[in-house]
Amino acid sequence: MSVRRLADKQPETFEFTPDNLAWAQAQIDKYPSGRQASAVIPLLWKAQAQHDYWLPRAAIEKVAVMLDMPTIRVLEVATFYTMFNLEPVGRHFIQLCGTTPCMLRGANDIRAVLEKRIGEQRHVSADGKFAWLEVECLGACCNAPMVQINDDYYEDLTAENFEKLLDDLAAGRPVAKGSQIGRVSSEPEPRKGSTLNEGALFDGSLVGSWKARFEEDRAKAQAAAEAAAKAAAEAAAATPAEKK
Amino acid sequence: MLADRDRIFTNLYGFHSSGLKEAQMRGAWDGTKLLIDRGRDWVINEMKASGLRGRGGAGFPTGLKWSFMPKPDPARPSYLVVNADESEPGTCKDREIMRNDPHLLIEGCLIASFAMHAHACYIYVRGEYIFERERLQAAVDEAYAANLVGKNNVHGWPFDIYVHHGAGAYICGEETALLESLEGKKGMPRLKPPFPANMGLYGCPTTVNNVESIAVAPTILRRGAAWFAGFGAKNNTGTKLFCVSGHVNTPCNVEEAMSLPFRELIDRHCGGIRGGWDNLLAVIPGGSSVPVVPAHEIADAAMDFDTLRGLKSGLGTAAVIVMDKSTDVVRAIARISYFYKHESCGQCTPCREGTGWMWRVLNRMAEGRAQKREIDMLLEVSMQIEGHTICALGDAAAWPVQGLIRHFRHEIEKKIDDYAANPHSEPARGYSAAAE
Repeated sequence: MSVRRLADKQPETFEFTPDNLAWAQAQIDKYPSGRQASAVIPLLWKAQAQHDYWLPRAAIEKVAVMLDMPTIRVLEVATFYTMFNLEPVGRHFIQLCGTTPCMLRGANDIRAVLEKRIGEQRHVSADGKFAWLEVECLGACCNAPMVQINDDYYEDLTAENFEKLLDDLAAGRPVAKGSQIGRVSSEPEPRKGSTLNEGALFDGSLVGSWKARFEEDRAKAQAAAEAAAKAAAEAAAATPAEKK
Repeated sequence: MLADRDRIFTNLYGFHSSGLKEAQMRGAWDGTKLLIDRGRDWVINEMKASGLRGRGGAGFPTGLKWSFMPKPDPARPSYLVVNADESEPGTCKDREIMRNDPHLLIEGCLIASFAMHAHACYIYVRGEYIFERERLQAAVDEAYAANLVGKNNVHGWPFDIYVHHGAGAYICGEETALLESLEGKKGMPRLKPPFPANMGLYGCPTTVNNVESIAVAPTILRRGAAWFAGFGAKNNTGTKLFCVSGHVNTPCNVEEAMSLPFRELIDRHCGGIRGGWDNLLAVIPGGSSVPVVPAHEIADAAMDFDTLRGLKSGLGTAAVIVMDKSTDVVRAIARISYFYKHESCGQCTPCREGTGWMWRVLNRMAEGRAQKREIDMLLEVSMQIEGHTICALGDAAAWPVQGLIRHFRHEIEKKIDDYAANPHSEPARGYSAAAE
């Protein structure tokens, strides 16, 4: 559990943009009538995305009205789930995964870079560009260590390529998402080509090959049925003969 | 080694498109109607015969779970909820399914829903997987456009599928907490019974399944229970996605047959242990919740539910975290304890207070600033947490600590001796990283 409170300085009001309002209505429609509260996390998430990545009190109250929920219930949700930032974060909000699988692969080196360049966690840098936070497992353990910056994952980090990544972000240069060492996803690197090479898997030539089993079953069942019918017919033919 | 043709997730690494057309070339949505036409009982019996055990960690037989759903009742519609809140440290397999092979998952949802009389399915994706969620939503939209799912789809089973998401709470991977979260509340687990099959989402009959369990279903039905049951040892059948992370030369996700020896898994796919097999210290074989196993016990063990339970650990989600001899194992487990402290929902006292207490003690032990008698006290407290909470998070927090003391008590004692030989008054490290 972690203690989370709303920011001291809050904006007066919050309104969804028309686009986001339409989006919100589509979310609410996903759930059965009367169950609109189910949309609370997606709506709060959208509000946060619209509001520089942090969630003000006014947005929480707005969502409560939209979903016809008591404000306290929405406030509970906003403080329970750790992805809702209750205080301003920088333009690039860096979430460093520090849990054991990343720690084993060098998350502490990445943390050292962050401490050197940005300072303590939960503080926005003086230029307003960066803030960072150590979070728990982000589920990219085969690509450890990694960070999430705003919506995107940056994986397979080293102190060097992470410094470069931060330089590029600070200068506004385009950066490559995902693996920073050129992996496609979580394949072995260097790839020895041990798995998933067979062309037939991908050209459609194996589609439907499994149906043979069902055809055999059906043929067998049909043969059995025919045999049974034949036996029954023979039995029927034999019975009157006996009567005679 | 598992042959390529026997792999279910042929686009595991995303070398090919995740789109519908390409997925169909790989065999997704192939004869789904034929499978559904064979009827509900056939589907459930085939799943039971395949021996598939749930891939979310607990290993409960999937076919049996499906068969628990009650008869349809118009007043209380049935739901399928797919647990894609993948947050167990070490686990990153569902992510690959959602972003690279989403159509297998969607097809599985249709078939599973048909088998349990459900007309609606919610997929609860963890909040951080934003890109994966968009990929999955795009695949769902494609399936709707092709009329593979929807009210009037070509399969003759009216079916709607929705992608929902969380916002960063590990506890929402617990099925009842997930349902609470899906209803728009804090993710706090419910007392069971009633079980979700009777009172689940919105008080209606619900089955919650892991992504992998659902996504393998269509292929099992197509190729037959006997095919799937042909892999692995008895009661531990099938193929499984292993997520190997930590100190191996090439960490990766890989689909392999169950009961594959650990050594083979690492040598074949992960380029061996960093620094060679003599450098292996310990392995956490199933995600952070299961106890650590020392090198000599795990090296030639079969990777399946029953073998690893025999080693007083577990297969869990098959998230294999490898530690070589450079690892400070006490610190590694202390970090896991911090994870549980952070993720405890705060509902039950033993867990809310105990996880933080265990972390603080372990953190001191990692520096040697403890008494040796405290090791037994820590063990005893972990036993008091285990089994005394509503959900299994308390157990999951206690087990790694118990595993550490069982196998690495000498490491803790050595740290205590080292500190006692050279005490100093510098503040303890490690608290700042997690200061709250």
